[in-house]
Amino acid sequence: MTAPVLPAPPPSWSGRLRWTLTDGLTLVGREVGRIRQEPGELVAALIFPAIMVVLFGYVFGSAISVPGGGNYREYLMPGLFAMVTFTSTMAVTMRVATDASRGVMDRFRSMPMARSAVPFGQTGADILSGVLAMVIMAAAGLLVGWRAHRGIVPTAEAFLLLALMRYALGWAGCYLGLMVRNEQTADQLIPLVFPVTMVSNSFVPTGGMPAALQAIADWNPVSALTAACRQLFGNPGAPAGDPAWPVAHPVLASVLWSVALLAVFMPLSVRTYQRRGR
Amino acid sequence: MADEPIVVAEALRKRFGATQALDGLDLAVPAGTVCGVLGPNGAGKTTAVRILATLADADSGRARVAGHDVAAEPDRVRARIGLAGQYAAVDEKLTGRGNLRMFGRLYHLSRRDARARADELLERFGLTDAADRQVAGYSGGMRRRLDLIASLILRPQVLFLDEPTTGLDPRSRGEIWDAVRGLVADGTTVLLTTQYLDEADRLADDIAVVDHGRVIATGTPDELKSSIGDRLDVVLEDPESAPGAAAVLHRLSGAYPELEGDRLSAALTRGTVRLADAVRELDRAGVAVGDVALRRPTLDEVFLRLTGRPAEAAAGEADPGGGSGHESGSEREAAGARRKETVR
Repeated sequence: MTAPVLPAPPPSWSGRLRWTLTDGLTLVGREVGRIRQEPGELVAALIFPAIMVVLFGYVFGSAISVPGGGNYREYLMPGLFAMVTFTSTMAVTMRVATDASRGVMDRFRSMPMARSAVPFGQTGADILSGVLAMVIMAAAGLLVGWRAHRGIVPTAEAFLLLALMRYALGWAGCYLGLMVRNEQTADQLIPLVFPVTMVSNSFVPTGGMPAALQAIADWNPVSALTAACRQLFGNPGAPAGDPAWPVAHPVLASVLWSVALLAVFMPLSVRTYQRRGR
Repeated sequence: MADEPIVVAEALRKRFGATQALDGLDLAVPAGTVCGVLGPNGAGKTTAVRILATLADADSGRARVAGHDVAAEPDRVRARIGLAGQYAAVDEKLTGRGNLRMFGRLYHLSRRDARARADELLERFGLTDAADRQVAGYSGGMRRRLDLIASLILRPQVLFLDEPTTGLDPRSRGEIWDAVRGLVADGTTVLLTTQYLDEADRLADDIAVVDHGRVIATGTPDELKSSIGDRLDVVLEDPESAPGAAAVLHRLSGAYPELEGDRLSAALTRGTVRLADAVRELDRAGVAVGDVALRRPTLDEVFLRLTGRPAEAAAGEADPGGGSGHESGSEREAAGARRKETVR
């Protein structure tokens, strides 16, 4: 029987970086393998946003009037993009918590892998499903009459902003998964994300909310991301009067939120992964 | 250094909150042998394996595996060990082959080597037919085998098996045992924790009995059995005669015999007894016996003597901090152990 060559641990930091990248890519490839085994799960995950388009666009939309006028479904789509971005956090939490509770993470940690490859791989794998989700959402939006009105560059900026926020939130989800370490607990957290996305400007204008709730909604990162997408897509619902700072400067606020999330949760996740059980 | 044991632990201590999981654990495993670490739940077996496999740091003490310090050079240790645990640590959503290829890549084998190695291991351990099925559909025994072979991808010098057969049916357990024997024949050193004494008896060259975070006895299974002396067993025709027979056995052996069903069993703590003497004494006491036999103790009896608890009762304890070290007969029964009572 052939014995594989024992790979030496890389001596230099560049070697370590290479291992981090290749190991991270292997873990992204694992995600592709999982999707190939269970395509139904992906379809279910992608149908959800499409259902939301129909549900909110036609059921709720029929009773909501857009501030400053305009088509409600045009108003809605940026909110749905933002909502799906935020709820996707829990998918990463689930994957990480499942690995931790099933012992897969212990196996990774007993192997000569790059230490930060696992959190990088787990968050990187989520980009795949993120891109697919955005494509499906955009297609569903186009079907119901949503359009991006400001040309290619602002549209690309909006999608980049969504991707950046999703990646940053993935790290928060990764940290949460490392902390709960239990797939049942992670499962129970999922419904909690939903109200967080609802207390925002995604589906209804915040003007009609009670003052305290309105303050929360205005400072909710979901609102900043939604407002940024509305601005970049040229969809209706621009804030009127004297809006809170994040809603008045939504693109900058979204970038700042993402950077802050990454700055906090990247080191926290890597450190927690490395020190788990020590 | 050819003489240095391939796994060395010196005075390992580890505390989790109020629980002293390891309290000065020493261990030395010579290369090419199987070391069975025996102990009740909460004795510190898993903690010891986690430290040796670089998953956890000891509070104090030193450990070297395959010539490298686990704390100072964890990557060098990781490249030389395999770890298979109580849980089948594989991705249930992937196929068996997909899992092995992924782990091969994560061991930094080239894509081609990872594929070849996966095929080779699947073939060798009889999983080729199931290789392209999702692991979620595997039986418990197949999962455990896949978990085992995932830890063999790099041909580890030292393989840590943390309760590899817990919860498996006898046939699957036999398959894991065969696999372990094959590895040892190839020169792999195995450190195996188990609650099953027959597993240690069959697989281990040396046994370390762990309780309350330290090793309380070491030796080959034979040495451990000899250390507590042979047993004298008497099968009673009439259970009513147990007290009379027990008195005889006590006089002969110096120990208080245990009654299990219609069988009285006493440890020969004062050296051996002639069978003929036993038969005559019992006859004089008017005890009708179906059978009288001298025999070697089982590892169960060794374990009971060393830890004060039968292995299975100890294994049934829910308290992760380890038992209190004493228990009443009713607790033993509640824990599902065989019903034994000491006759005084």
